Amino acid sequence: MLHLAYLIPLLPLGGFALLAVAGKRIGNPVAGWIATAAVAAAFAMSVIVLVSLFGHAPDARLFTQRWFTWFRVDRLVVDVGLRIDPLSVTMALFVTGVSALIHLYSIGYMEHDEDYAKFFTYLNLFVFSMLMLVLSSNLLVTFFGWEGVGVCSYLLISFWFRRPAAASAGKKAMIYNRIGDGGFLVALFLIFERTGSLDYSTVFARLGRVSTTDLVAIALLLFLGAVGKSAQIPLFPWLADAMEGPTPVSALIHAATMVTAGVYLMCRINPILHAAPDAAHVVAWVGVVTAAVAATIGCAQTDIKKVLAYSTVSQLGYMFLAAGSGAYVAAIFLMLAHAFYKALLFLSAGSVIHALDGEQDLKRMGSLRAFMPLTAGAFFVGWLSIAGVPPFSGFWAKSDVLANAWAVSPALWAIGAATAVLTAYYMGREFFLVFMGDPRWQGARPGGEAPRDPGWVMGVPLVALAACSFLGLFIDLPFHPTWAFLERWLQPVVGASLAVHHFGVAELWGFALADVAFALLGIAVATAVWRVAANRPRLEPRFLLMAWFVDWSYDRFVARPGALVASFTASVVEARFIDGAVEGVARLVRGGAERLRRLQSGYVRTYALAILGGIVIVVTYLVTRAGS
Amino acid sequence: MGAGILATVSLPDLATFLVAGVIVVGGALGVVLGRNPVHAALSLVATLLGVAVLFVEEDAQFLAAVQVIVYTGAIVVLFLFVIMLLGVDRQERALVDQFRGQRYVAFGLGALVLAEVLLLGTGHWATGAHATTGALDRPLPNVTELGRAIFTTYLLPFEITSALLVVAVVAAVVLARRFGTGPEPATGESGDPAPDAGGGTGVHDR
Amino acid sequence: MTIDASWYLTLAAVLFTIGAVGVLVRRNVLVMFMCIELMLNAANLTFVTFSRELNDIGGQVAVFFVLVVAAAEVVVGLGIIVAIYRRRVGATADDPHELRG
Repeated sequence: MLHLAYLIPLLPLGGFALLAVAGKRIGNPVAGWIATAAVAAAFAMSVIVLVSLFGHAPDARLFTQRWFTWFRVDRLVVDVGLRIDPLSVTMALFVTGVSALIHLYSIGYMEHDEDYAKFFTYLNLFVFSMLMLVLSSNLLVTFFGWEGVGVCSYLLISFWFRRPAAASAGKKAMIYNRIGDGGFLVALFLIFERTGSLDYSTVFARLGRVSTTDLVAIALLLFLGAVGKSAQIPLFPWLADAMEGPTPVSALIHAATMVTAGVYLMCRINPILHAAPDAAHVVAWVGVVTAAVAATIGCAQTDIKKVLAYSTVSQLGYMFLAAGSGAYVAAIFLMLAHAFYKALLFLSAGSVIHALDGEQDLKRMGSLRAFMPLTAGAFFVGWLSIAGVPPFSGFWAKSDVLANAWAVSPALWAIGAATAVLTAYYMGREFFLVFMGDPRWQGARPGGEAPRDPGWVMGVPLVALAACSFLGLFIDLPFHPTWAFLERWLQPVVGASLAVHHFGVAELWGFALADVAFALLGIAVATAVWRVAANRPRLEPRFLLMAWFVDWSYDRFVARPGALVASFTASVVEARFIDGAVEGVARLVRGGAERLRRLQSGYVRTYALAILGGIVIVVTYLVTRAGS
Repeated sequence: MGAGILATVSLPDLATFLVAGVIVVGGALGVVLGRNPVHAALSLVATLLGVAVLFVEEDAQFLAAVQVIVYTGAIVVLFLFVIMLLGVDRQERALVDQFRGQRYVAFGLGALVLAEVLLLGTGHWATGAHATTGALDRPLPNVTELGRAIFTTYLLPFEITSALLVVAVVAAVVLARRFGTGPEPATGESGDPAPDAGGGTGVHDR
Repeated sequence: MTIDASWYLTLAAVLFTIGAVGVLVRRNVLVMFMCIELMLNAANLTFVTFSRELNDIGGQVAVFFVLVVAAAEVVVGLGIIVAIYRRRVGATADDPHELRG
């Protein structure tokens, strides 16, 4: 059944094609069901492929399926095809699974939108691109998927393009992504130059030929791409703005899937990172610092989605910390757990926004637990998961990451630990502001109808994701090798690069208890502070609200000078020199013609004189030339 | 000059040449300088007759005859007809040249042309092949010789020239045609007016 | 005995020059036309001279054709002049100058 793997990306592509052509005619709501069915079928296919892989011995779980040769230029041969191994199948599974749930959710969320079919068209295209990204056998095809998800992100962020803020946010996301993509491209050039191929298997086999400096360069350049795509420092401001898109988009793209592409890339190239430890250290440090900074920013945000956006940045930082520490399994584990609970949190937020007719300001919510118990419960589960409270999956994953971080450097662990406290705190703040306290929204809804939990179309995904947050329990437990399912599963892919740290049982218990303590500390502080008050200006300083003024300074020191240069070029260089040159030529010709025109006086006798003059000149010339 | 020439040149030839030459140049000057167009036409006649004499002198008897009959007899007569028709037998107005200094430039250029042609003419520039078409001093009469050349070697130009003549006749008829009905008043506009009331090009009963 | 060809050529040159200057200097259209005839005659004279010089009837054939074409040209030219100057009295060559740039 493995050979049917091509259906996994092609089913969403088919959905996209169908909806692109006939979406408007198919209309609301069937278009949404078609899109959901396409992705659900892809998920089913992924499960089938997974089961097929199980049928093979652990060492024999790498298959490539070549579709066709994209192009062939001199030494470079690029084949389009799939690479089926445990890592890619894992990615495909959770991408299609979470996507399917979010597609279902969107049927309800977008039901009143006039561009309903277009939304699902883009969503399917996105799923196709993401699947090509994770399943490809070739770095260039991965890049194709990388760009594809970037484009879809742009399309979906600025979905409500008539809003200037949304259009501008889409542009911003695209531009930040492109900066990272530049790094990716240069890395591709370097890889090809040094190894002569872009195919994963071939490149990994030939890594021995590449000097360490080159490997560090390649790794860092690829990491630059990841920084752009996964919103790490210094390229993170776009993610907060990306919240302009509809909430399902935020959930799918900017929490569960697209932003994790960077982490996937780091795990995929683990042989390179393993061979370039300096680069790996950079990855780990950038990751942990980003995690901390983003967590502080999240503490002061007032928009329900922006808190979650910065939270995503922070959690991604944890994943890079893990990848950089050599703990690839932990990174993937956290990615999986995060996909579930972050999507859960976003969809719950979406449910709140939908119920309050578009309200997104935390200061105008409150006491919604009484009115929307399902949503409140879902959010609560998500909160505990992200905070790292056992037995939710977040706890196991984060614990894994922190333990490995300690092994590399206690400083990394310390920063990570502080971040964990902050994470529990700011999520608690959000929970209390939305679901507890006074109903500050009542003044704004004179209609009087109370906000309600959503219907089953939006509710089922919430419950499903909440359940998945439990399942983490069963993916990877550190206590005993037989329970470390994920680790064994991913062994063929990352095993050689895995940093194996041997902790004693006591140490393991110590880490676990410490993590629980951090989580509880954060929860306690949040409860104490936010249960009773909705406004604490001293705890929401402007510096944090404005995201450490990073975006502001980019605007001030990069964007505005750029705009000045552009306007200078347009008004001076373009107008005076370029246009001047072109018009100058025209003016020259016209002026010359004006003068020449006076030769045509209309007087026959003048013409006759000219003729005679011409004859004289010609004859003189001939006479003198002919000599004798 | 002097006795050397007279020794090689026969007196009648020389006298003929000189007289004819004077007539030619004198007539030409008369054309250029004559104030009255009719005087200019008559001077042209003199020039043409002088040239005809020179043709005879150069053994081109047929051409001399044609020159007198066609050129002098027909063309100059045409000129005179038009002069009378247009009524330009009055004094020419002394206008300013459109291009100031035109006459000086004209004289200058004229001098240059003269100098060059003299240079070309008196040097030994004649490099043409001899007797390609037909020797002149064969014992045949000039007319026969000319006729033979025209109707054999130069037949095509001859035929085309006859077509040209037809074209010229047609052109002349078209150009001289009046459009519309009746004679137009002398309004001083240029060109033909649009057809008068009555329209078309119908021939009007007079 | 014959007179040297260069004498005839000189004469023709002078005739041509007088004709050329005449075209440029005179304003009366018909006189200009007559000066053009002078130039044509000068060319004819030259042709005949060379015909005798080179012992070739071709020169005379050329003159023959020049005569014919000159006749046709005069006909058409006078026709044009009549058409343009029909209603003008005392018009000169400088008057119709509408075809200007």
